Order: sequence, then structure tokens, then C-alpha cells
Amino acid sequence: MTSVIERTAPPVEAERRNGPPPATVERVVRPMPDRYRNPIGRYKVRRSADCRSCAVCVEVCPYGVHVKPAGYNLPLRPRDYLCIGPKCAETDHYCVEHCPNKALSVGRNPTADAIGDPRWTSDLLLATWRQAETGSMASVGDLEYRHGASGGGFDALRFRFPESPVSVAPEEVDTRLDLNRRDDGRPRVAIDVPIYGGGMSFGSVSIHVMIARARAATAWNTFTCTGEGGYPERLQPYDDHVITQVATGLFGVREETIQRVRIVEFKYAQGAKPGLGGHLLGDKNTPDVARMRQAVAGNALFSPFPFHSVYSVEDHKKHLDWIKAISPHALTSVKVSTPTDVDMVAVGSYHAGAHIVHIDGSYGGTGAAPDIAKKNIAMPIEYAIPRVHRFLVDEGVRDEIVLIASGGLRTADDVLKAIALGADGAVIGTSEIVALGCIRCGNCESGRGCARGIATTDRELIKQVDIDWATQRLINMYAAWRERMVDVLARMGMKSVSELRGRHDCLRRVRWGEEDVHD
Amino acid sequence: MPERYHVPVVPTPARFPKVGQYSIVDWREDCARCRNCVKNACVSGIWPLERAHDRDPSAALEPAFDCRACLSCVQGCTKGILSLSVNPAYLTLGDPYWSREMLSTTWAQAESGRIPVSGAGYRGPFCGPGFDSMWTDMSEIVRPTRDGIHGREYINTSVDVGAKPLRVRFGEDGRLEDEPPLIELPVPLILDVSPWGSDGDAIVAARASAAKTLRTLSVVRVSGIADGAALDSLAPLFDGEEMADYEPLLRKARLIEIRDGPRVSDYVKQALKVNPRLVAAARMPFSVDASDRVVRLHEEGIRVVHLCADEHGREVDAEAPRYLRDALREVHGRLVQEGIRDEMTLIVGGGIALPEHMAKAIICGADLVAVSAPLLVALGCRVCDGDHDANCPIQIQEVEPDYAAQRMVNLMGAWHSQLIEVLGAMGIREVRRLRGETGRAMFLEDLDKEAFGDIGY
Repeated sequence: MTSVIERTAPPVEAERRNGPPPATVERVVRPMPDRYRNPIGRYKVRRSADCRSCAVCVEVCPYGVHVKPAGYNLPLRPRDYLCIGPKCAETDHYCVEHCPNKALSVGRNPTADAIGDPRWTSDLLLATWRQAETGSMASVGDLEYRHGASGGGFDALRFRFPESPVSVAPEEVDTRLDLNRRDDGRPRVAIDVPIYGGGMSFGSVSIHVMIARARAATAWNTFTCTGEGGYPERLQPYDDHVITQVATGLFGVREETIQRVRIVEFKYAQGAKPGLGGHLLGDKNTPDVARMRQAVAGNALFSPFPFHSVYSVEDHKKHLDWIKAISPHALTSVKVSTPTDVDMVAVGSYHAGAHIVHIDGSYGGTGAAPDIAKKNIAMPIEYAIPRVHRFLVDEGVRDEIVLIASGGLRTADDVLKAIALGADGAVIGTSEIVALGCIRCGNCESGRGCARGIATTDRELIKQVDIDWATQRLINMYAAWRERMVDVLARMGMKSVSELRGRHDCLRRVRWGEEDVHD
Repeated sequence: MPERYHVPVVPTPARFPKVGQYSIVDWREDCARCRNCVKNACVSGIWPLERAHDRDPSAALEPAFDCRACLSCVQGCTKGILSLSVNPAYLTLGDPYWSREMLSTTWAQAESGRIPVSGAGYRGPFCGPGFDSMWTDMSEIVRPTRDGIHGREYINTSVDVGAKPLRVRFGEDGRLEDEPPLIELPVPLILDVSPWGSDGDAIVAARASAAKTLRTLSVVRVSGIADGAALDSLAPLFDGEEMADYEPLLRKARLIEIRDGPRVSDYVKQALKVNPRLVAAARMPFSVDASDRVVRLHEEGIRVVHLCADEHGREVDAEAPRYLRDALREVHGRLVQEGIRDEMTLIVGGGIALPEHMAKAIICGADLVAVSAPLLVALGCRVCDGDHDANCPIQIQEVEPDYAAQRMVNLMGAWHSQLIEVLGAMGIREVRRLRGETGRAMFLEDLDKEAFGDIGY
């Protein structure tokens, strides 16, 4: 179950650092089970009182559902999340058949049927948990891990594989992404997978989650983002893999934090609440959070919309020039949402000097946002990517800027579809917190905050998420995603993920409701 | 916030236990009676409520329906004997238009008066019919036209109902002629008669009281208005012939609606003769030939038209009815083409169920909307298909008017706040400027063709 993938080391400029030495995190996949006692699977296995502990089931089951450790008189409660369900009856190792006392039964797990929604179906949640546990796609079984059931956008797109592709071995496939396409003397920064983590601030998620994300980003030589909530000192060993955000509230932004990092991101807007500001409720503004944000504890904190210092592309350039002057090594990223003129905004960002333009579609977001905004304001990312890509091509600047897409990308397939639509790479957020055990109950902001200890700063609740556990879960998920990306690219006959960019011919549409033939 | 835009919301609990989406099934059998039972650790405090019932029979019996489905107990139970399930009663709610989610969110808003907020992204389908296949624009770096969150309270949500002459007129004697009356409402909505069931006394009284608080108007059948009732917040609805019997009422009214028919303009003139300071609207079904009819009504001197779509926001009497999204754009476009759009006021109702419908209807060309079904849902209506009066499961006709009015005010207050969110996001400071602003909206077909047009099936 262990694999090591060769990593490319980031260049470290000695003069940039003044904090602790950089930490290294091994890129190794290790099994990392659910942190709850009862992991959820699609099926439920019941063992009745007729069981005579003969352990025949332990012998026949190849999936590890039935376990009877040495010295135990009774088998353990079935680990039914590993069960493949009633279709096992077609095999010769169906425990229900083999049980001499007819003590076993298998059925659907009502809990699995109750969770999920059209965008994040029950299968997508379960599949993401499996990936985070094992780091491989094989463990996902027949769960639908490729797309959700929302009926449009990514969910209505499939890959169109060539009938006789050029033969490409998986190890030949290059998934790296160069984040500096400008010939401006600033460092070349490449990431090993075409994805990095989106901004989640200290305050919106716990410090454990932030550190785990930074450690996983370090392992995968990619990035995570602080969001707008200050730069906790505990992230300093991972400076080379952290993007710090300068957003409209300027919470926790200091020159020294900007100088620490290799990429600085300006957040103009976010997809979950386009055109609206951020809002940290007073309850979540604990003394720790307030210190980080240089604010008063207990007060609700608003990040207004928009930047009051930016009313034109020239003002925008002034902003970026400011960062570039403070940190001669940093690349600049501009995060915007998806209004009708998102293409103009992207080109404006190019002319203002940005290295990365990051467009955030309306259906995503991890933090609390008004429901009306999530559903109705600004366009879904699927529509924004081709628009921006084409406009950048027409303006002749496409190859000088990196286009990153986010907002409702849930799977490796979504990332590849976004790239085929015209993006260079993607930013993910919700998938990461799902890997850490988020069930998407949506109550991030209420009361003490996240019951599962992710989106909270409650000192008791955050203890549920152990940093090492969370790091490994994320490393595993990235490994599984990369495996899937490599698999798809190889079947496309492509040796590099960059070959897929803008290839609409590699996609096909499905009409929702019609029989869907999978590739 | 200027006082006139302030909606006084007051938390008002529902009359009946909430039909929640989730419940936890406790298998009980096999329970190990752990001292550190996961139920005690419930972050939302739901399980302790259930236990309260063991000690206090008057405590609610099924509080687990308030469960927020965080699954901490299901996944943490030592014996794994708990399961999450969807409340079967929840699955029976609503109809194909009024989804369960719409009912839940409407109930929550009627209770709290606040904007529904949740985390972890959007949960619904990618798009849907009608208003669910359009998106509103937002202002971006290059077009920030407002002062951020602190400017939001100064966004103007008022609209004018009445004739709006394009120029001033002078009489024979050279003096300025009186302008026709104009009613300014601080919110772009009026409250309309119930779409189903009888518009009973309690509901009519509640609606009138809510309209008064909201400083808007409630449409009421004229026969349902008691003698001597104050008419400041009422818009009497006439069939026409009976108008002669109501002269005292006409003298006091601000806005009346008259059902469209061959003689509607005669009735309007008749009403204006009694009270020249009255605004008289023609109320007509939103049929396929609505644009012709509206132009004709304009020729006959009518300046306010209330278009009534069906309960699901579609054209009536059409073989393939279009949704308001499309039908309304046609009417608005036609009036613009005829050069008369700015003289008229279009009130649009039918199928306006969510606050985004209000914003989107205005973008598609309405001046203001008529809200009806959501007011009943605010009182707990489940949009069942039963006999709406005799067997109403929530006995809606028995509701206490003050309580009902507050629920309606709460809902409309939440809608008002959400309209401001949309306007704020678009960088528009006045809802009057939102009217017909289709350039600041995005329509599914256009986006889909542009983005996916070259992707084959």
C-alpha cells in the first residue's frame, strides 16, 4: 500500500526566510482509516444472535468485513463499510450464503441513503472518504466517484477517449504545472499536480486543519492558502507551500507575512458570495482568532466588498506593484468571481501584471454564505472557463498567464474537465475538508461551529482532528486524484496535463435522464 | 438604515412542530448503556431534548427532527446502533413546484426573519426551469459602484405604482396640470389574494396588518372588506359591475384592481370620476397574447397592469406555456419597442415563491411583484393537495391574525434583505434600476451555447 513518487524540490531563496527551517513531509501513501468508530459505507451487514462464532465469514470475506483477532472468542462487529453489497452473492465468497447459522444479512445502509445532495451525492462523499483512507482509486469500488447528479455543468460532461490513442505508459505522464509564465525575472514556480488548496482562513477552519493542509501541500509540492485571517506562526515551516491572501478586510496582512511566501493572492471576490463581503460571526471570533486578525474578540468581522482602493485596472496594477515591491520573489495571483465580464477582468489582471488569474465559480465555497447568493449570483465555473480562455487566446496573452478555476470542483474528473474547457489547473476546497470528514451538513456557522471539528475554533471541538491523521488523509486523496488524472491522460494518449488544456474535442455531453453509457 | 426601509422582524415560532428533514433512528437493541453515551455529546443539543421527554411528558416527543445530520452520534456510537434517516413525513411535503427545500427555507425565514445562510457550497441541481436557469450579475473589480457592506443599508428598494407621464403638461391657462397620483411602496411587492383555499377573514386580516407594517398594499376582494375598514393598506379587487355600489369605499382607496374584460377601461374611468387621486390597475391573466393586450390597455388609458401567471409561474391558457422568465421579457420588450414602457407600471404575480424570483422577475421586466402563496407557506401551509378549507391539516383559517401577520412580515423582511444582497452584489443602488436590466443577468441558453456549443453529444 506504500508508494513513493519522485518529487521536485522547490527552490528556496535563503534571504527570503527568517523563520524556522523549512519542514519536509514525506510523500508516502499510508492507510489512514476514518477517525470515527463507525465509518459509513453503502451497505450494512448485520450479525444476529444466531451467530455461533465459527468464523467461517472471516475466512471467506476477501474485503476484510469480518474480523476475529487472535484470542477473541467472538468476531468483531462487521466492518461493513468495506462490504461490496448484495452483488457479492454472485461470487463464491458471499458471507450470507456461507454462514452455517444464517446469522448474517446484508442490505443498504440507510445512513448512506440519507446523506448527500445532487452536487455532492452520497457516492461522491463515500468515494472521497475511501480515497482519503487508501490513497488509491481501486478502493472506491463501484461508487460513482466521477461526477455528481446535478444534471448540468461538469455532471453533464464526459471524456471522449480516442479510439486508438498513442500508447502512453502511466509513468510517462507529467502532471506538473508551471505557475509563472511571465518572463519577468521572478522565480519559476512549478507544482507537481495541477491543483492546489483554496483559501480557508484561521477562524473559518481550525489551526489543525490549516497545518494539515500545509503539510499535505508540502508533501505534494503544491500550495495551500491562508485565506483572509492572518498567517499563523505555526505555518511558518511550510512557508514555501503557502499562499497568503490579501483580501478586502486586510485582516492579518503584514509586510513580513507577504515576504514569507512564494505566491501572494489578491482576493477580490469569492464564488460562494460573489459581490458580497466575507463575514465572520462574532461567535467564531475567539480571542485566538482576534489576535491573528488584529481585531477585538467577539465582534463580527466583515470583509467588505469590493476593495475600496481599486476602481480601475490601473488601481489594480498599483495593488500588484505594491506586493511586487515588498516581495521581489513573490508571484501574484488574482482571485475573482464570475460576473458576465469575467473575461475582461481576467485580461485586466494580465495587464496589471498578475501571474495567475484564479476564477471562482458560484456553486462552490466552503464557508457560510447566503443561500440566495450561492444559487443565483454569478455564473457557474463551467461557463466561465471557456469564456476566459478564449478571450485570453484572442488577446494573444493566453500563454503568459496561468488560468486557475475553482468553485464546485469535487473530483479529479472535474479538474480534468475544467482543464479541457480551458483552465491550466484548479483550486479545490470542499473536497479537502470532505477528506477530513466533512459531511456537508452546512452548519459551519451555527453555535459552537462545526460538529466534526473542521470549520470551528472551539478548543474542544478542534481536538477531533489530529494533524498527522489529517495530513495523511489529504496526501492520500491527492495521490488517488493524481492516479485518476494519469489514467485518463494516458488513455487520451497525452504525456502532459498541459496537452489537455482547451481541448473541447476531448469532451462530450450527455443529456440528463438518458441512459448514460460510461467509458 | 433609513426608517422607511426597515422591516421589523420578530422571531415567531411555528404553531406546529417542524417537519425536519432528518431524524436519527435509535435501534436501542444492543445498547451497551455506556456512561459516555454519544447522545450526551450532541453538539446541537438535540438528544438531551429527547431525553427531556422521559422526565417531562409535555416536552416535545420527536425533537430529533431538529437533527442537523452531523452524524457525530451515528459514527461515534460504541455499538453502531444509530442510523441517520430522512424523515418520511418530510418526503411527503410539497409538490413539483414547491419543493421540500423551498418549504423548509420559507418556514425558517417566516420564523426568524433572517437571510438563510449555510456553508459548504450550493447543494441543488445545476439549473431548472424558469427562473432557475438564469443568474444575476455581480460587480467586479472594474465596476464597484457601492461602498461595500456599510453602504448596503442605503440601497433603495422602493417602487412607484401609477401612471408616470414622460413630460409635464401645462393647461390652457399656462399652469402646470396636476400630475397623476403615484403610490410609492418601500418594497417592490404587494401582497395578493390566496392562490388556493378561500381568502378567509383571518388571513385577510393578517395580510392587511402585514401590508400596513411593510407599508405596502394587500389585494382583497371588495366583498371581503368590512364597512368602515381603513383602506390605507388595502387594494380592493373589483369585477367591475359592482363598482357603483362602492362609491364611499372608492373615495378612500389608494389603489384598486379591476379584473380585465371588454369594459375594463370604462370601469377605470368610472372609478377615477369618483376619486381622481386613485390608482386603478387592470388585473389580467398572463396569457400568450399578453403583450398585445397590455399595449391595447395602454391605448385605452390604463397605466397599471397586474399580470397573473399560474401558480407555477407560467402563462395561462397556453398549449406550451412559457415561464415568466421568457414571457415577461417579451411583454417588457414590446412595451419598450412601443415607447410606452416608462409610462406604465407592471405588477407581476403567480409562482413568485422565493426572493430570487422577485429579483429575477424585476430583471425580466416587472416593476414589482405580487406575493401570494409564500404568505400561506409562512403560516405553515405544506402545499398539500387536499381540500384547502375543510380539511386543512394546519387549520390555516383559524390562525390568529396578529401572529400570522408577524410571520408574513418576517418572511417579507427576509426577502427584502435578500433583495438587498442581490442588488448589493450587482452594484445597483435602486431597485427601480433593476427593472429590465437583462444585460446584468445571464441566461442558461446563452451561456450554454457559448461555452459548450462546440462540444458534441
